[in-house]
Amino acid sequence: MSDVLTAPSPITTSPLSWREAGLLEQNRCPSGDLEKRWTRHKDNLRLVAPHNKRKLEVIVVGAGLAGASAAATLGELGYRVKVFVYHNSPRRAHSIAAQGGINAAKNYRNDGDSIWRLFYDTIKGGDFRARESNVYRLAEVSVKIIDHCVAQGIPFAREYGGYLDTRSFGGAQLMRTFYARGQTGQQLLLGAYAALQRQVAQGNVQVFYNYDVLDIVVEEGKARGIIARNLITGELHRVAAHAVVLGTGGYGNAYYLSTNAKLSNATAIWRAHRRGAYFGNPSFVQIHPTCIPQSGDYQSKLTLMSESLRNDGRVWVPRTPGDKRPPQSIPESERWYYLEEWYPSFGNLVPRDIASRAAKRVCDMGYGVGPTGRAVYLDFSDAIKRWGREVIYQRYGNLFEMYEEITGESPWEVPMRIYPAVHYTMGGLWVDYNLMTTVEGLYAIGEANFSDHGANRLGASALMQGLADGYFILPYTIGDYLASQLFVKLSTDTTAFAETERQTQDRINRLLSAKGTHTVDEFHRELGKVLWDTCGLARNAQGLSQAYSEIRNLRERFWREVAVPGSGAEFNQNLEKALRVADFLELGELMVIDAYHREESCGCHLREEYQTEEGEALRNDDKYAYVAAWEWGGENEPPILHKEPLKFEFVKPSVRSYK
Amino acid sequence: MHFTLRIWRQKNAQDQGHFETYEVHDISPDASFLEMLDVLNERLLKEGKDPVAFDHDCREGICGSCGIFINGRAHGPLRNITTCRLYMRHFQDGETITIEPFRAKPFPVIKDLVVDRSALDRIIQRGGYISVNAGSAPDANAIPIPKPAADRAFDYATCIGCGACVAACKNASAMLFTAAKVSHLALLPQGQPERRERVKQMVMQMDMEGFGHCSNTGACAVECPAKIPLTAIAQLQRDYIWANLTPDPYTR
Ligand SMILES: Cc1cc2nc3c(=O)[nH]c(=O)nc-3n(C[C@H](O)[C@H](O)[C@H](O)COP(=O)(O)OP(=O)(O)OC[C@H]3O[C@@H](n4cnc5c(N)ncnc54)[C@H](O)[C@@H]3O)c2cc1C
Ligand code: SF4
Ligand code: FES
Repeated sequence: MSDVLTAPSPITTSPLSWREAGLLEQNRCPSGDLEKRWTRHKDNLRLVAPHNKRKLEVIVVGAGLAGASAAATLGELGYRVKVFVYHNSPRRAHSIAAQGGINAAKNYRNDGDSIWRLFYDTIKGGDFRARESNVYRLAEVSVKIIDHCVAQGIPFAREYGGYLDTRSFGGAQLMRTFYARGQTGQQLLLGAYAALQRQVAQGNVQVFYNYDVLDIVVEEGKARGIIARNLITGELHRVAAHAVVLGTGGYGNAYYLSTNAKLSNATAIWRAHRRGAYFGNPSFVQIHPTCIPQSGDYQSKLTLMSESLRNDGRVWVPRTPGDKRPPQSIPESERWYYLEEWYPSFGNLVPRDIASRAAKRVCDMGYGVGPTGRAVYLDFSDAIKRWGREVIYQRYGNLFEMYEEITGESPWEVPMRIYPAVHYTMGGLWVDYNLMTTVEGLYAIGEANFSDHGANRLGASALMQGLADGYFILPYTIGDYLASQLFVKLSTDTTAFAETERQTQDRINRLLSAKGTHTVDEFHRELGKVLWDTCGLARNAQGLSQAYSEIRNLRERFWREVAVPGSGAEFNQNLEKALRVADFLELGELMVIDAYHREESCGCHLREEYQTEEGEALRNDDKYAYVAAWEWGGENEPPILHKEPLKFEFVKPSVRSYK
Repeated sequence: MHFTLRIWRQKNAQDQGHFETYEVHDISPDASFLEMLDVLNERLLKEGKDPVAFDHDCREGICGSCGIFINGRAHGPLRNITTCRLYMRHFQDGETITIEPFRAKPFPVIKDLVVDRSALDRIIQRGGYISVNAGSAPDANAIPIPKPAADRAFDYATCIGCGACVAACKNASAMLFTAAKVSHLALLPQGQPERRERVKQMVMQMDMEGFGHCSNTGACAVECPAKIPLTAIAQLQRDYIWANLTPDPYTR
């Protein structure tokens, strides 16, 4: 095939490798006092007059918390917005499933919270691998998010006095998490969705549902539009705009089994990457400690049990490895509350990476429970005794029901069994302070960007970041760019559009003509297993380099042996899936390279060669205090590494201790 | 476990559609209903056949994507649960299961079990929100809201937009869906300024989309996975009468 951009050539046997470029220093971060940076930056951004906003078209891909809040706000400002989602309604985005809550530095509890503390906790929680400027801004706008969401009518939990209630969450010693029972993501998303529908009614926003965005069109170095496939008719459409925003979520489903919604995928960001957007820290993947363990091969996804459960649940395993007694009959003295013992000051509330690794460690040591030995107990009996059933029901009722429904066991009677699962991707498209990628006019928001969480995200901070990006950051920063686009005439009748559409069509045709005998899911499961085993909770050089060749092999087999019946000109869910898995296979390779190249442990990234005797991460700030921003090197060419140095002017990177 | 599946197959909106029968074997009782369909689809794919199209995403009962009419009931034999949260242990070994799309005029079939529920979005567009722009809100604690009011508003706000209420209703009424949103906002102080217009407009849109009238049989609440109570409908009816029959003090 002539098409070098889409046709993977036969695998080359070259070992894992990459090329290094210079430092990436232009990140548009302001300097000066930390507290004044965002305000001063805003004051210096170019503005677009109201009558001109109406002449500017923005494409927003995705209507999760990030996409919906951005699109609604851009609509409120008067821009012409087109939203594309593969869902059949913008209300169905994966954000809907977030349970636990959203952080904000409101200090309503009077417990000493402040913007500084939220900033500090987030930087430290991320193991000093995020930018100070961005994280401070996030903490700063967190306060306005809660105000706005309450004004939208979001029914957050309240105290009897009528004021907002908060709770604590992993990685924090303060109660700064706002919540709406176990359905915070749902309520926040429905708020953003409602705001979006209001803009639709007003004619500022158009929502194209059942559309899969399959490529980004770049003209003269600037994002000019997208190629989208109508999922019902199979038609490909060219859509042009003055700027393109990707709020397309994370790529945890590269691992096949994860807590993400089944359809969540990396296609939009991966295609953007291939068009010139650098990919930041692709191997930074969060593995959540409290998920329901896998029960069989047919399993299609893993279910998260909100982290908020660790507020009241105590994690333990029997002190004797292989103890098969039912948990209720194991006396207190024979229970090992390993988190409380290892981390006395945070106890069950240590950050996720630490809790996940600790669970793996005790299971590796043979203490695991349940039929597979890959689980630990999360026990509520003390909390029920202390607070009473009513209070616990109020806090976790729906989570208990969900657990019982899936496992057939009641957490009121027996402790839950939990095990870590892939949950969130800190990595994503590299963006500057304005949330712009390395392609001009192409923005990435929410989980799709690499932004604020460094090497580990704190609980209840993704919702905060998605809404911060969408309601309060992007609407300002995008104007700065759009101001320069006022006189650009949009047309889809260009070589770039034609070429990008042709390449997309080729990709579809190749998949349909493979006519192999293996299903897409078979390949996906295999990829997931390789990634989970080598690029999951613990990583090492040997495993990673082996994973690299396995993934390349798998990718080559995929294009030859995959079965995609039907045609491209109809509703074809299996074709949709195949296109996504094709991109996961390429991304998987980059994840492995990134994990291999970073010869230190930090946050989620535990390299077995670099850990303390107690199994804690051993960071190397001299060599690795940077963001790894990867540039697409070309088909079958090694990727190119750009290092964005992380400067810490206000906090001193310390050994992250939760002891 | 083993099952005989009678599945509605329909190529597209124009196609007439018909039932086809499939056998599935070796299904774990702990597999979910959708995972059972995955197993069937994997087999069909390997045979080079067209897999059964169905909607799904979160598989945790919250996104509202899934929605299958199983043995004559929206979301299957259990009350108040989504299709994705239904497990095969809830069926008898050897049972014949009839699997159809949600049927209602305003929900045209796209393919097999997939229907278009965008009519529900259009009802929300007519007022299922509070008109506030980002940046203009007062401090979140400026308006205290009694906990019982906030809790009840929450109960109504949990609707997942699945459309089971419509599918379960003999008149294909979208009353429970619409009432859930109207009631959520009616209970909060923030929702008061637009309360009259909201209920009028949303009900009007519901009628325009071709949803039927509510005859208060309560079939919807039996299937509703979010357990939206029928009190929502009573609230909507009161608000609707009030909005239409009493003079609006602010208009001259
Ligand atoms: C089970 C679970 C619980 C969680 N709980 C919490 C919590 O309590 N607190 C917290 O802070 N965080 C939580 N998180 C994380 C948080 O929910 C997510 O990080 C966040 O919601 C992501 O939002 P988003 O807007 O970036 O993307 P998403 O919500 O994933 O939205 C992506 C959107 O993009 C669209 N899209 C994607 N690709 C394409 C394409 N190619 N073409 C067209 N459309 C496309 C989709 O249709 C969708 O609308 C949780 C995550 C999970 C999995
Ligand atoms: S009211 Fe209940 S059944 Fe109807 S759409 Fe909402 S959640 Fe579904
Ligand atoms: S798949 Fe989301 S509710 Fe069933």
